[in-house]
Amino acid sequence: MGMTSSQRLQIALSHREPDRVPYVLSANMHPARQMGLTIKEYFSRPRNVVEGQLKLHRMFGNDILCCYPFAALEILAWGGEALYCDNGPPNAGAPIIRRAEEISLLDPPEVAGNQPLQGVLQSTGRLKAAVGNDIPIAGVIISPTSLPIMQMGFGPYLDLIHERPDLLERLLLINTQYCVAWANAQLKAGAASILYSDPAFSPAIMSRDFILQYGLPTAVNVISRINGAVMIHMASGTGVPVVNEIFRAGFVGMSASAEEDLGALKSLCRGKLTLVGDLNALAMGSWRSEDIESEVKRAIALAGPGGGFVLSDNHGEIPLMVNEDILLAVADAVRRWGQYPLNWINAEDV
Amino acid sequence: MTELNKRAKQFMDALLHIDADRCSMLLDNLSSQGGDLRLVEDVVIPALEQIGVSWEGGDISLSQVYMAGRICERVVGRLLLENTCSIYGRPRVGIGVIEDYHALGKRMVISALRSSGYDLLDYGHGLKADDLVERALKDQLDILLISCLMLTSAVCVKDVVAGLRRAGSRVVVVVGGAPFRLAPMLWKEVGAHCMGSNSGEAVRIVRTLMEDRIWE
Ligand code: B12
Repeated sequence: MGMTSSQRLQIALSHREPDRVPYVLSANMHPARQMGLTIKEYFSRPRNVVEGQLKLHRMFGNDILCCYPFAALEILAWGGEALYCDNGPPNAGAPIIRRAEEISLLDPPEVAGNQPLQGVLQSTGRLKAAVGNDIPIAGVIISPTSLPIMQMGFGPYLDLIHERPDLLERLLLINTQYCVAWANAQLKAGAASILYSDPAFSPAIMSRDFILQYGLPTAVNVISRINGAVMIHMASGTGVPVVNEIFRAGFVGMSASAEEDLGALKSLCRGKLTLVGDLNALAMGSWRSEDIESEVKRAIALAGPGGGFVLSDNHGEIPLMVNEDILLAVADAVRRWGQYPLNWINAEDV
Repeated sequence: MTELNKRAKQFMDALLHIDADRCSMLLDNLSSQGGDLRLVEDVVIPALEQIGVSWEGGDISLSQVYMAGRICERVVGRLLLENTCSIYGRPRVGIGVIEDYHALGKRMVISALRSSGYDLLDYGHGLKADDLVERALKDQLDILLISCLMLTSAVCVKDVVAGLRRAGSRVVVVVGGAPFRLAPMLWKEVGAHCMGSNSGEAVRIVRTLMEDRIWE
């Protein structure tokens, strides 16, 4: 009998080589199209999401499943709205914090009784009942330091950081309380680990001063209170300069951006942090079969040896415009070139 | 990019340290020696362009670019734009965000252009492609800048270009934003004239188009 996805991931995460490179193609919106539903309809029923995730596993062989719908969910949870469109993910609607001063009176939503969050927990519970311990389900939170980009709008958040550090600290505290409760609820519902979505930890987005003063301590605090393993995802933001901080914070893995050298990242992370990435989801739509093959081989050759690597796109969400044929070919290439031991690497010049 | 002159370097340094007072002092000092336009061209524009390049090279963060743009807009605005809307007569420039509610890229491009002495019309965000076409035509723009964060929005640039062409407009469409940076051929596929990969580059592009006198 072959390995289950859970066994494969467990071995990869402990920096050893399983039977093959684990992978996930996060085509989270594609099942909606296949089921003839709009994005809004699809995500509004836990039943659809469960069916959709199982479909993705059957079609592409994904080693990780995920019921988290889209980032604007957080804004729904905080009483705001999501602006849907037919051919892509919704955007967060108007900020829920309109003036910085409102932060003084802000309270985080309770997870219990919060309908948008409960929907995700129901999907997670049902999916867990369907797949048992064979396929891990990832839970997702948007970090306390990245959440304000949607809560306030990016510009006003950057202004707050420079102008009102007192209110910034209060907001991070409230968000931390919320994120910890939300992560633990997903774990309780059946998620195996948590993806901590935090592009604000990327030096491409925030200054090193901010990362050290706020990003790192916040992450340490959140991780210490989450009852499971936590991996950081920077939504395709770069990470080479902050590998040490990511490791120090207690993350077990990190995303790899298509905008940086995967080989350099691997040498910093080897034996310490599992890498997840780094196919360019935005370029993928125009890949021909030879591009698919060479991109998959490149990623595996640079990050696969020794384990500690999960092949995926660099953003954690593949646009609906990338058609299924391309994704099937990517999955096929990983299964072909990702069998351990990766003897072909030395034999070939990649 | 040519090597930054000493003053541009000092100015850039002050911007990156978010030191608005030092920025003002540097500019006031130079301004008293005469030639506000030269000041912009020799100091402000090179500093902003270099900041853009440094961000792309991974040396500084987006938050620093944003703060630099804001400070610059304030200190240069005080010097140059108090009484006049633009130090150049042409081109007529407008900017908007279609089918997308993310406005930071637009904000940063506006900051960079205004600090460089160009004023431009801000059409806002969440627009339909048709609205943007209508407004560009009505205002007889020479250059239409479009900022996108979502791929769905980037793809809609096609509709803007088609609408403008249908109306016989020769307005130059310049795009920018994350999807164009990450999918380097996308700007061509949607029919844009060119793309800029950082807010400082918007200045270079507008200036080049101005030098080419594209409206003639
Ligand atoms: C931070 C981030 C987040 C944060 C905050 C997002 C936000 N701003 O609200 C969080 C985690 C919440 C998030 C969520 C989502 N994100 Co996000 N995110 C990012 C990230 C890392 C940076 C985005 C950002 O705000 N940058 C700031 C802007 C100002 O940068 P910029 O657009 O590059 O602009 C610069 C230049 O390009 C230039 N420029 C911009 N416009 C113009 C115009 C002209 C004319 C010129 C010359 C230059 C120019 O100037 C700017 C400064 O130099 C990017 C990936 C990346 N590496 O960039 C993904 C990214 C933007 N996200 C993406 C997506 C899809 C999402 C979600 C929809 C995911 C989901 N399913 O929920 C949500 C949407 C949330 C929302 N707000 O509604 C995609 C968008 C493309 C796509 N696939 O459609 C990206 C590109 C990731 C990827 N690689 O695919 N995200």
